[in-house]
Amino acid sequence: MTAVAAAENPLVEGLERLPVPATTLVIFGATGDLARRKLLPALYNLAHEGALPERFNLVGISRAEQSDDEFRALAREAIGSFSRRPPDQLVLDGLLERARYVGFDFGDAAAYGRLGETLSELDAESAVPFNRAYYLSTAPTFFPVITSALKEAGLHRAEQGDVRVIIEKPFGHDLASARSLQGVVHEVFRERQVFRIDHYLGKETVQNVLAFRFANFMFEPVWNRNYIDHVEITAAEDIGIGSRAGYYDNAGALRDLVQNHMLQLLTLVCMEPPASFEANKVRDEKVKVLSAITPPTPEEVARTTVRAQYSAGTVAGVEVPGYREEEGVPGDSRTETYAALRLEVHNWRWAGVPFVLRTGKRLARKVTEIAVQLKPVPHLAFQSSGSLGVRPNQLILTVQPNEGVSLSLGAKIPGSRMRITPVNMEFLYGTSFMSESPEAYERLILDAMRGDATLFTRNDEVDAQWGIIDPVLQTWEADTSSPLLTYPAGTAGPPEADALLGGDRGWRHL
Amino acid sequence: MDDVWGERDTTPARIEAALRELVKRRHLSEQAFVPARVLNLVVVADREFRGEVENRLEKVRESHPSRLVLCAVEPGRRTLDAVAQMATPDTSRPGALAVGRERVELRLGTKHLPKLDTIVDPLLMSDLATMVWSPHGHPEAVDALSRLAQIALIDSHDEPAVGRGLTRAASLSERVYVVDLAWLRSAPWRERLAAAFDPPPLRGMLGQISKVTVRHREDSVAAAVLLCGWLASRLGWRPEGLMSGRGGLRGHARARRHEVTVALEPMQMNAPGLDGVAIETASGTAVSLDRAPGGLRSMRRGRDGREEHWTVLGASRGESGILGEGVRQALLRDPTYRPALAAAQAMVA
Repeated sequence: MTAVAAAENPLVEGLERLPVPATTLVIFGATGDLARRKLLPALYNLAHEGALPERFNLVGISRAEQSDDEFRALAREAIGSFSRRPPDQLVLDGLLERARYVGFDFGDAAAYGRLGETLSELDAESAVPFNRAYYLSTAPTFFPVITSALKEAGLHRAEQGDVRVIIEKPFGHDLASARSLQGVVHEVFRERQVFRIDHYLGKETVQNVLAFRFANFMFEPVWNRNYIDHVEITAAEDIGIGSRAGYYDNAGALRDLVQNHMLQLLTLVCMEPPASFEANKVRDEKVKVLSAITPPTPEEVARTTVRAQYSAGTVAGVEVPGYREEEGVPGDSRTETYAALRLEVHNWRWAGVPFVLRTGKRLARKVTEIAVQLKPVPHLAFQSSGSLGVRPNQLILTVQPNEGVSLSLGAKIPGSRMRITPVNMEFLYGTSFMSESPEAYERLILDAMRGDATLFTRNDEVDAQWGIIDPVLQTWEADTSSPLLTYPAGTAGPPEADALLGGDRGWRHL
Repeated sequence: MDDVWGERDTTPARIEAALRELVKRRHLSEQAFVPARVLNLVVVADREFRGEVENRLEKVRESHPSRLVLCAVEPGRRTLDAVAQMATPDTSRPGALAVGRERVELRLGTKHLPKLDTIVDPLLMSDLATMVWSPHGHPEAVDALSRLAQIALIDSHDEPAVGRGLTRAASLSERVYVVDLAWLRSAPWRERLAAAFDPPPLRGMLGQISKVTVRHREDSVAAAVLLCGWLASRLGWRPEGLMSGRGGLRGHARARRHEVTVALEPMQMNAPGLDGVAIETASGTAVSLDRAPGGLRSMRRGRDGREEHWTVLGASRGESGILGEGVRQALLRDPTYRPALAAAQAMVA
């Protein structure tokens, strides 16, 4: 039996959904694409499951002038279109009943007073103090503008309750802009109040990398330079840039995916086991990995990176235009739609092991995976003629689309001769677990409201990420004359990327 | 796409061989085929109601890819008949997986039940958890299957005498992990009560609780008494027997320094489960939760008598959702059920 102690709540033991403090969530950019497709449906699904705080208010902010009811109608339509489950009208009504809308230009400092009035009205409706969480789901140029304006309006703190800010990616455009933004944010908020979103960390399968590594004893002994030959991290997309030409042509593949998501995957593969799954302990270990990667010199950039742009080609039987022919893309754009780079982690565990990362648009297939290739066996007792022979073991952690883990093994082909072929041992999420996984944003919004920053990127982590990527960007951007490599849409990318792996290694087939 | 095998007067070995053949055949014909690997779900049901049981399971199985072994019991039957089915959904989407749905129906007699484990054992996928559910009673079958199952899905609500239902649950939980649907019906109430007292300034109120009132559907005493058992076990109360009175059950539990009044009040309502919970403290503060459209209607009363009302959002899971939750619980372990069960038993002893 548990004695009642003032310091702890004895009722939470064993519960699936833990209590979340009363919160008012303020979404800047509440009528934008991200809010409509992800944030509002995530909030609905949390409400459906009874996982939202028992006291919860939603305030939407965007530039458009509209009434609370018009915002509610927009939110209702977005949730109906993009929720992973059909909405229960009673729950949806209940959620939207608590929704308010304030329309103003994010740069209009005086207008923040109206937000303050709305928040005060909501606070006054309850005897319980509400935490505030500001979700910046806007263009990155507004991140410093909104942060500073919140301070000017005195909304960065509350008399009772915590104030948090959730910042979408990209956090900076390069190292200098990231540091500048960091400066503004830290003038207003303490680091523990800042939740930088990298939605990859909210994915079940990304979190499973940690479970796989630290909940299974058998892999740890081989998880080092003595047994691992190289690691490939792939984030391939078969789609083009869609309607994101404006953003994408400014960003490119390296900023869009490598600086954040792919370096996150790399840190999860390389980090040492944390003492506990507490936010700073996990993030300390991730930062150590990033710090052990030496930023490349311009000469190394030429040798260890490849960028390219897709040309016209065929994807899944459909002819598609090249990048420069896409709507909204300048005809002379030098933005890379494919980026590959080779990194090394200079520590005792990983010294000498190549980590090769590749990402691209309009590639042959959509897949995000981590492929860990072990070294070949030191001595081969079998003849390999007449078979594929013994291949080094490969461990594949698939993040999407067929989430799971697969291990390639050598097995004897039935017959009178000792012939070996690779076979796969597979674990698939879809067959081994029950019920639908929550969307990444559901987990992340909930964690932010609970103040758990484990799955968010810390300031020094962002700094270290840009520290690795910035020299590559600078070298690429300085080179305005050499011809940009191209690859036909629907292929595995430029063949020049093969050389990054070194020796006779080759990329895994997409 | 379905592959079906059936045989009258068969044996477990022949059924097992047929299952292996069906899996092999499906691997050959369907490249995207992957067998379900969540758990073995063994259901014992009266033959005439097996359709109803399968209907209840239909929605559950969509999101719980498991091998289902359905034992359809016919009194007087002496032979064993079997039908095995291997089905995969249409996978027109490129790259999609075709997760197999494996179903074995055994038609057998009551004479088979005491040794049912010997029939079912060869049909289970090795190394997967096995859950047994027997919605029409047949305790001898559950006892036999508990020799090979790790989890028993029960519903204490099904037992007309609540004390007997809880005793049976306690006895089963000595051998296997028990997932009790009556307990799961109280889950949202437990979560919301925990949330209501979670703000640090309110946690002290837990030590001052003087009265707990639980309203429940007439036949859902088990869910109500388990909720009270949970409060007692979590808050360190010593429960005493409840007595019939004022149309329900009333009694006391002994907290460290005072007595807590416990009242269970039956209500007319459609769905099984709870209708409301009210908690009062000696200082006059109170918290209550009531079933409401789109969630639970919550009330908090302060020392000054002022009341606040709001709705805590959450969709009704319905009975199929609760059954689905029950199956999902096979992979989890709730350390608070057995202490709550023990306290609940003491209340209805």
